[in-house]
Amino acid sequence: MATEQPTWERFDRRRRLSRFVLLLVAAVTVVASWRFMDTGVARPETIPREIADLLTRMYPPDVAYTTQIVQPLIETVQIAALGTLGAILLAVPVALLAAENTTPNAATFWLGKLIVTVSRSVNTIIWALFFVVLFGSGPLAGAVAIVFRSIGFLGKLLGEEIEEIDFGQVEAVRASGASSAQILLYGVLPQVKPALVGLSIYRWDINIRDSTVLGFVGAGGIGVELFRAVNAFAWQSVAMVLIVILGVVVVTESLSAYTRGLVR
Amino acid sequence: MLQVTDLRKTYPTGDEALKGVTTSVEGSETVAMIGPSGAGKSTFIRCVNRLTEPSGGEIYLDDTELTGLNDDALRAARRDIGMIFQEYNLVERLTVMENVLTGRLGYVSAWQAFRRSFPPEDIERAYEILDRVGLGEMENKRVDELSGGQRQRVGIARAVIQQPKILLVDEPTSSLDPETSNTVMRLLTDIAAEREVPVLINIHEVDLAIEHADRIVGLHDGELVFEGSPSELDQLGLDQVYRGAEVPENADDGQAPETTGDGDVLPDTDRPLAGET
Ligand SMILES: Nc1ncnc2c1ncn2[C@@H]1O[C@H](COP(=O)(O)OP(=O)(O)O)[C@@H](O)[C@H]1O
Ligand SMILES: [Mg+2]
Repeated sequence: MATEQPTWERFDRRRRLSRFVLLLVAAVTVVASWRFMDTGVARPETIPREIADLLTRMYPPDVAYTTQIVQPLIETVQIAALGTLGAILLAVPVALLAAENTTPNAATFWLGKLIVTVSRSVNTIIWALFFVVLFGSGPLAGAVAIVFRSIGFLGKLLGEEIEEIDFGQVEAVRASGASSAQILLYGVLPQVKPALVGLSIYRWDINIRDSTVLGFVGAGGIGVELFRAVNAFAWQSVAMVLIVILGVVVVTESLSAYTRGLVR
Repeated sequence: MLQVTDLRKTYPTGDEALKGVTTSVEGSETVAMIGPSGAGKSTFIRCVNRLTEPSGGEIYLDDTELTGLNDDALRAARRDIGMIFQEYNLVERLTVMENVLTGRLGYVSAWQAFRRSFPPEDIERAYEILDRVGLGEMENKRVDELSGGQRQRVGIARAVIQQPKILLVDEPTSSLDPETSNTVMRLLTDIAAEREVPVLINIHEVDLAIEHADRIVGLHDGELVFEGSPSELDQLGLDQVYRGAEVPENADDGQAPETTGDGDVLPDTDRPLAGET
């Protein structure tokens, strides 16, 4: 008596077909965009020569220039720190609105989502352009731009953490007769504290990198120097700025990784 | 004294969890509420302090009617109701002391709470209660370092420090092993007796209910089907609570219950007396 061989397939015929079609569409899109953008480099054979040329002009980096970039560098770090701090303060209420289990009603929920989406869909540099117009050029515009971009990031991720908390702990605090503010302080905050600290440090680390280019649109920091050096074709100074930025980013990233490891 | 009249709860899902339950907890008695899983025991307790909003009925705690209170009045009323949970529901990342003092939040401002600055009387009482539940010297341990039995002791301390007019206890031992269950139950009833606080305790282990309660009420499918002293809870009462039997001759699954009194009437999965002979 012949028994049928057991067979197993991850996807049935229809699913396989639709997956194939999706893949095809993706491939066609890539090819079409390539054509449309005319991505061809005019004279590919010159690229190696241009790179070599740029590198020789950058070498040696202008070490003496370091004294001039210390001040803007400190400003960059301050913009990032201030911007992150402001963002944390504003992102906590936004996260509470955007989390399904803490938002008061449907309207506040969508308000929270709206703030998150608007903040996230505008790049830091575009926020900076906007605030330079509003406040004039300088580090204030930069710091506010950092705040506006970071609210969405922190609000969204912190909100997701809030949605994951154990509500039993919150109910126990409520059952003792605690007020809403006390429920947040004792029931919610302790549960999301590690996430809050971790996300804030992570965002600070991103903000340091973002702050380095804010100067391109006049929003303060080391970007101002970098932009000036590029415009003056002072390639040795450019090289020095880039090296310093690299150093700062490496330091903040390791600091960020280390401190996030400490929180439990 | 807690007086509940015709309490009803229908969940938005359509589940009729309570179909008009009337009962009371008086003096400083310990009342055990027994019933199979899904009978409505948790819903009943949660309706009393309105963690769940009741759909109908009246709840009096002394002279205060609880179902009609506005937010502020409800918060004040909750200070008089201590609650102990099945899963302990301690704030895991706070210390033992912080968890115990949570029971005093209703008496301090948010700012004081944030700064952990509670009145000295509260601190003193907290130490005293921690000693009483056997957790002296443990005040600075984080709760997530404790064992199940120790956690439920913290849960008891948190409820007792409220100096409540009643303790509502939802299956305090079902996350604990049998031996710890017994000690925790003994501790709970002893403390309540010392302080003359009445207790309403949900429990599905009938042997624990019989051993520790002054009075037993039985819920089945949202209805009160038994009320009496532990000695009055016989096989008929158990059948009513656990199988919904109206009278012993016509149990609803058509299988006539044996009345040999050997405790084997219930199917294995449903035997509340398992372990007793
Ligand atoms: N949050 C809820 N939403 C909908 N139905 C619920 C909810 N909580 C409990 N129920 C239902 O109400 C009934 C009683 O539940 P519960 O009070 O938890 O019983 P018990 O504590 O006796 O096991 C069950 O049918 C349960 O499914
Ligand atoms: Mg229950």
